[in-house]
Amino acid sequence: MKLRVLAAMSGGVDSAVAAARAVEAGHDVTGVHLALSKNPQTYRTGARGCCTIEDSRDARRAADVIGIPFYVWDMAERFHEDVVEDFYAEYAAGRTPNPCLRCNEKIKFAAVLDRAMALGFDAVATGHYARKDSGGLLRRAVDPGKDQSYVLAVLTPAQLAHSMFPLGDTPKDRVRAEAEERGLAVARKPDSHDICFIADGDTSGFLKNRLGSQTGDIVDAATGEVLGSHDGAHQFTVGQRHGLGLKRPAADGRPRYVLSITPVDNRVAVGPREALRIDRIRTGTPVWLGGEARPGPFECEVQLRAHGEVYPATVTADPEGLTARLHKPAHGVAAGQTLVVYEPDAEGDAVLCSGTIDDTAAHAHASASTGEGGTGV
Amino acid sequence: MAYLDHAATTPMLPSALDAYVRTARELGNASSLHSSGRAARRTVEEARERIGEALAAKPGEVVFTGSGTEADNLAVKGLHWSRRTATRNRFVTTAVEHHAVADAVAWLGDHERADVTALPVDEFGRLDVDALAELLDERPDEITAITCMWANNEVGTLQPVEEVVALAAPHGIPVHTDAIQAVGHIPVDFAACGVDSLALSGHKLGGPAGAGALLLRRDTACTPLLHGGGQEREIRSGTLDVPGIAAFAEAVAHAVRTRADEARRLTALRDDLVARVRAAVPEAVYNGDPEHRLPGNAHFSFPGCEGDALLMLLDAAGVECATGSACTAGIAQPSHVLLAMGSGDGDARSSLRFTLGWSTTEADLDALVEALPEAVERARSAGLS
Repeated sequence: MKLRVLAAMSGGVDSAVAAARAVEAGHDVTGVHLALSKNPQTYRTGARGCCTIEDSRDARRAADVIGIPFYVWDMAERFHEDVVEDFYAEYAAGRTPNPCLRCNEKIKFAAVLDRAMALGFDAVATGHYARKDSGGLLRRAVDPGKDQSYVLAVLTPAQLAHSMFPLGDTPKDRVRAEAEERGLAVARKPDSHDICFIADGDTSGFLKNRLGSQTGDIVDAATGEVLGSHDGAHQFTVGQRHGLGLKRPAADGRPRYVLSITPVDNRVAVGPREALRIDRIRTGTPVWLGGEARPGPFECEVQLRAHGEVYPATVTADPEGLTARLHKPAHGVAAGQTLVVYEPDAEGDAVLCSGTIDDTAAHAHASASTGEGGTGV
Repeated sequence: MAYLDHAATTPMLPSALDAYVRTARELGNASSLHSSGRAARRTVEEARERIGEALAAKPGEVVFTGSGTEADNLAVKGLHWSRRTATRNRFVTTAVEHHAVADAVAWLGDHERADVTALPVDEFGRLDVDALAELLDERPDEITAITCMWANNEVGTLQPVEEVVALAAPHGIPVHTDAIQAVGHIPVDFAACGVDSLALSGHKLGGPAGAGALLLRRDTACTPLLHGGGQEREIRSGTLDVPGIAAFAEAVAHAVRTRADEARRLTALRDDLVARVRAAVPEAVYNGDPEHRLPGNAHFSFPGCEGDALLMLLDAAGVECATGSACTAGIAQPSHVLLAMGSGDGDARSSLRFTLGWSTTEADLDALVEALPEAVERARSAGLS
């Protein structure tokens, strides 16, 4: 069926090939570059994100080559409110957000999709590596190294129904080769890795600029002893090892990690790696990608970070959240990260649901076998 | 395809295109002393005379530039630099200038520590002449130069340039006017209007882009922007684009010669467009001065719609127009002209400009009126993001 498709074009190779494939599939495609920065000029040099003037130009040239109309949509205000402000607020609350996931949830598949639908489009196509099967389920991409189903796991069934991921069945190197064959100049453009709105990659400086500096204590989580000081709890992430600036080594000589962050008294607690072990996770309100909630308990696999490790788990669900019992412990899981639940499948693991992590715990049984987890360091 | 964006650029007139192609086949740098050079120089000087004659300027007052923007920059910066002293460092402009002027003035403020006064306009976008009179009473000695556009590029409002000149003249303050939208569309008489400099551009009246000119009085000092061969009165350097200049002159001569009839035709078409748009979309707000206005300009706000969305939908339906707003990397900003006219941010984002030109016919209006209601309905449901 011929659809009117809006292709979100970041200026990178993936979204360009995705747009070209949508055209080849017979759809009526319009390319749109999302301007996400309020001051694009200030990002003119040095940025490797997705919102520079150069990227806008690259997207436009790709659209020319593909032969589709092209426009720039100004989403800077929405992006700032929903993604950048959320990023600040989460760090200020001692949590670790994933802004790409938030952008998909609030901008690409919400504000942009809504606007596209209102303007008469049927779907939004992006260059994400993920598959949508005939039943509408979101599945991992065939390229495990590029799979982005994790950052799409916040989409509701309605959003998914109007999304297209033309690259899910193709390995990345094949996409680059295809871009070359299609004469797209972005074929060799490097991938973007950094957070697009932090041009220089200095997250800590970015947060300090907004949230300020305030001296606080770094304490030993077990004894409460003050081990050092920091200039802002928001500079830390649970599981962080480097940059603690502790002068005295631990008594046992082993590295120490951030175990918890308490914004209210600006306190960062540290301890040994085994204290980061958790095997219970509780999330906020879940999103069910297939629509129907499954109360469980059911056996599944969960993923806690983009491109992170996969853990076999038992999940139970209620309307307020998901509870996951991991069958092997995880380390350094921070509140604010997203728990994504997959149903293993040889045809590509299917995403069942997701939720933002509120709380983690180490089950007594797991804690008793400390030695086992410690060997994995 | 219905092209309703002639204020952005208008198709080259067949006679201008002929002049371009004919001249482009000829060899010669107009600064060379040999026979080919002299032939090229002759083409340039004939063009200079034709433009002078069409606009009541002396040939020696025509300074060719590479664009209208360059002509505006040369005037704004050149007049300011030539008159600036320790105590005289204020540049006076209006709140509705094209970016070629507005950004040049802002640059003087940001980088050259000039004081800048942007004079307000009324709800039609017409200069508040009393504000200028007041300023001139208070601090005439601080002012290096005044700029006031002849016709606004967004809403088409004509400015009281002659009143500005009358107020400035007793103080000996030079006046520049950006007449890029005016020349060839309304009567422009350089000698009679009394300005010191006037910018015009080729591609707004049927000539090529990349050809512009500054009409500059011989006795007005103007510091150059570009240094080099000194080709244009030592005020502008750069090898002259002979075919571009020949085609530019042909377009100016043609546009001025046919202006009166064409203005009547376009005014009638424009009035028809306005009536039909209002009938099709009753809530559309017609912006700009109902009387003092360019013949080919119709400018509307469509409440609740984003101009960008409308533009995209009309484009898909084969109707080409403009939001009339400034672009930074393709990002639409609310129109500074509408904001200066007192519109809110929403109205300033919800505008569309339709501009007619020599190739416009009734069929273009038919296409617009057919596509517009659905586009407005869709854009409204998409809302202002």
